[in-house]
Amino acid sequence: MSLPCAHELARQLADGTVTSAALTERYLKAIERTEPALHSFVTVTGQRAMEAARASDARRAAGSLLSPLDGVPIAVKDNMITEGVATTCSSKILGNFVPPYNGTVIQKLQDAGLVILGKTNLDEFAMGSSSENSAFGVTRNPWDTNRVPGGSSAGSASCVAAGQAPWSLGSDTGGSIRQPASFCGIVGLKPTYGRVSRYGLVAFASSLDQIGPMTLDVRDAALLLETISGHDPKDSTSAKLPVPRYSEELEKGSLRGKKVARPREFFEIDGIEPGVKAVLDNTIEKLASLGAEIVDVSMPHTKYSISCYYLVATAEASSNLARYDGAQYGHRTPGTKNIVEMYSKSRAEGFGDEVKRRIMIGTYALSAGYYDAYYLKALKVRTLIKRDYDEALAKADLIVAPTSPFVAFPFGSRSADPLSMYLCDIFTLSLNLAGYCGLSMPAGFGEHGLPVGIQLLAGAFQETKLLQGAWELEQTLGVTGTRTAPAAAV
Amino acid sequence: MSYEIVIGFEVHTELKTRSKVWCGCATTFGAPPNTQVCPVCLGMPGSLPVLNEDAFQLSLKTALALNCEVPEISTFDRKNYYYPDLPKNYQISQNDKFLGQKGWIDVDLGEAGIKRIRINNIHLEEDAGKNIHPEGKGHDYSLVDLNRAGTPLLEIVTEPDLRTKEEAQAFMLAMRSLLQYLDVSDCKMQEGSLRFELNMSLRPKGSDKFGTKVEVKNLNSMSVVLKCIDAEFERQSELLDDGGKVAAETRLWDEVAMVTRSMRSKETANDYRYFPDPDLVDVEITADMIAAAKGSLPELPLARRQRFIDSLGLSPYDAGVLTASKTTADYFEAAVARHNNPKTLANWVMTGIQSWLNEQPEDTTVESCPIKAESLAEMVALIDSNTINSNIAKKVFPLMLETGKRPSVIVEEQGLKPMDDTALDPLIDEAIAANPKIAEDIRGGKLKAIGALMGSVMKKSGGRANPDALTARIKQKLGVEG
Repeated sequence: MSLPCAHELARQLADGTVTSAALTERYLKAIERTEPALHSFVTVTGQRAMEAARASDARRAAGSLLSPLDGVPIAVKDNMITEGVATTCSSKILGNFVPPYNGTVIQKLQDAGLVILGKTNLDEFAMGSSSENSAFGVTRNPWDTNRVPGGSSAGSASCVAAGQAPWSLGSDTGGSIRQPASFCGIVGLKPTYGRVSRYGLVAFASSLDQIGPMTLDVRDAALLLETISGHDPKDSTSAKLPVPRYSEELEKGSLRGKKVARPREFFEIDGIEPGVKAVLDNTIEKLASLGAEIVDVSMPHTKYSISCYYLVATAEASSNLARYDGAQYGHRTPGTKNIVEMYSKSRAEGFGDEVKRRIMIGTYALSAGYYDAYYLKALKVRTLIKRDYDEALAKADLIVAPTSPFVAFPFGSRSADPLSMYLCDIFTLSLNLAGYCGLSMPAGFGEHGLPVGIQLLAGAFQETKLLQGAWELEQTLGVTGTRTAPAAAV
Repeated sequence: MSYEIVIGFEVHTELKTRSKVWCGCATTFGAPPNTQVCPVCLGMPGSLPVLNEDAFQLSLKTALALNCEVPEISTFDRKNYYYPDLPKNYQISQNDKFLGQKGWIDVDLGEAGIKRIRINNIHLEEDAGKNIHPEGKGHDYSLVDLNRAGTPLLEIVTEPDLRTKEEAQAFMLAMRSLLQYLDVSDCKMQEGSLRFELNMSLRPKGSDKFGTKVEVKNLNSMSVVLKCIDAEFERQSELLDDGGKVAAETRLWDEVAMVTRSMRSKETANDYRYFPDPDLVDVEITADMIAAAKGSLPELPLARRQRFIDSLGLSPYDAGVLTASKTTADYFEAAVARHNNPKTLANWVMTGIQSWLNEQPEDTTVESCPIKAESLAEMVALIDSNTINSNIAKKVFPLMLETGKRPSVIVEEQGLKPMDDTALDPLIDEAIAANPKIAEDIRGGKLKAIGALMGSVMKKSGGRANPDALTARIKQKLGVEG
């Protein structure tokens, strides 16, 4: 039996075949059953969820629904600020932090009547690709609990694949939505920078971060994206553009006659698993069978994207994470003698190794005497990477690329070597540097029968075209909904 | 050896906006601690800054009034350092594409003429909060008040163009005056809405090389800045005379000991790791914005001074004194509008009103004077119409200050109205009777002697006699021709 998509649940609620309370209870029970094996959540907000669900049912009875999605449950990554509910970023330093306000996206979910089930686990401050950097323990992949779910939106991916929530929100700074979506066999979309408000998303790298949907199918991704998008006066970097009804546009496009770019640099890479390669080849064939013209392009600066990303992202992070000092909120080491000792001990105890590593790299990159050689040079490379995208997208409507060179890997197999971990994001990082949109969708199964995702990428605010192409491809691939993860609650 | 002082200033002024620079919190001074705060100015995780357009407009206006070059794109940078009054542990400031550069301000040095002081740059940033360190037993903690955090702060950095304490004083007065005229800041030094940070070095007279400068903070009034210049001159010249070196450092003024104390060395200074703030977007400064800002510039102090000389006939000195403070100049002009006697009004403003101001706390303006401009005008009008004489006016003025009442009311209440002939006659008769010798002299043509009789009558009338009328009446009584 396959897991129900959120749009199906919305229909059931509309039909009256189920109530939000019953639905919410069902998911809470699924969480209760599977959570010991998976650990998708940092916090499950059962009581609040039930209250929200009952309020939704009351609205339905009164005929005053907030949106067509009113009453549908959802899970959110624990780096999104929720008023009155702990927001930890899976870090010890924010372990006791309960925010006094709601982020814009959380507010939009509540304004649409969605029922928040809980806050999902992540690599600390969204830094990581496996959940192994969470201060509160790893999340396990529902397809094989000895393997990582990907990261950093680990819990948001695993909870959807495991039927603990019909859909979820993740955040993507360098692939943190798309890579775990690929590992867990779901759809994960990174919107164009500025499409979704960042107000209330705890910043990792401000110029790269973007919240996006993690769903079972493309239709749900469209529905959730249109719910959370839009200009926000509280975020100067959010775009002043109207939001299309993506879910109503899905069937209006056609890949026939469209050009899909295949960048050489994403395909001719060593270390790509044969199973992943086979899925990619099959995807290209399917795209061609739909009438798309496959165009070979070169994006020559792709090879610099890891270096560029790890300078830009860490530089911003070193400043963004400076506020966690034990003074106003979060972890404070008791009994220190002076302010400097309070700062350094609180931070030394509060942050995990990977976060410290990135703060140090970023601090170094911005230091007097090194700024020009590292940070400034990285900004120049970033411009070149963006130009690669512009040139490719001048020749094509979409870009097709692998999401990850490999399927979900076993715990511990990469965590000892940061560089091998950074390679996980080799195909995803450059999109964030360019600021454009892209998604990973299930395209088949690779080594060990584990899910393999592929990416479709598009230009700035081309989400409609992206979702149309993905929806059509999804129908043809026939992968979505065919298999369910063994550890899922069915 | 004899030394020349080299001074530059970093002027910080809090902009007069209703809300803070990155959020909607109020900027009112003196509210209970941490009541004017929100997730943004508290630096809560997930919060983001959004530029207050009013703050930017006021900054642009100031940049143009200071004759600065304004870029097409202005950007904000993060200045990273740890301090509890800075909740994000970085300050959003400008380090690259400043709002203005290469400007100047003309400073009136009186006899020595006008001196042009160059402005290196002007930039917009956020103010920090306030750390409070309770003293005494058991107070092993500090408190942080973040009401001020995020208040828009304009920093104006001058070139080291000032050479004497007097020039420094004239500069501070000119800068405060300009900011008041622009109406961009309250300019209250005691409340910290205007702060002068002193950069000062010494060099042997005649040398064209700069010495090592120190930066002095915590100077909360102009008189303190001037005291500090003296103290630093003494300290630095003694050091140099003894063959020592001035250390490049930031020093704090100690108001009790009247000396500066070392705060931190520049050698071990923070590396602020400035970089463009990715949370804020570039601000485009269009030709339209510049035109609008230029259009909103008021008449500036030196222009007003010239107008007072040219069209009101004031002396350059008087015009300079009156226009140094916008509120004083406004007050004076309001009075002139009521009663067109600029010279007499100028005298009253520069003596009576000014001596009242001198007795008030430093940031007091004439706006809080109990004597309103129209009252002062009325008083001079009463003098000019001979309703009262200047002696009576000198009695009325303190009462106006004391009670805030109009001069006509005071004259009425205190019975200070001039006496008419019927009331005066008995007093004159009395004086003549009491001084027969003098009366005889006058009858004999010794008109100078009238003064003695007048003095006697004046004394008895409590000064309420009109001198001209009194003279005429005495002559009439004694049958002398005028």
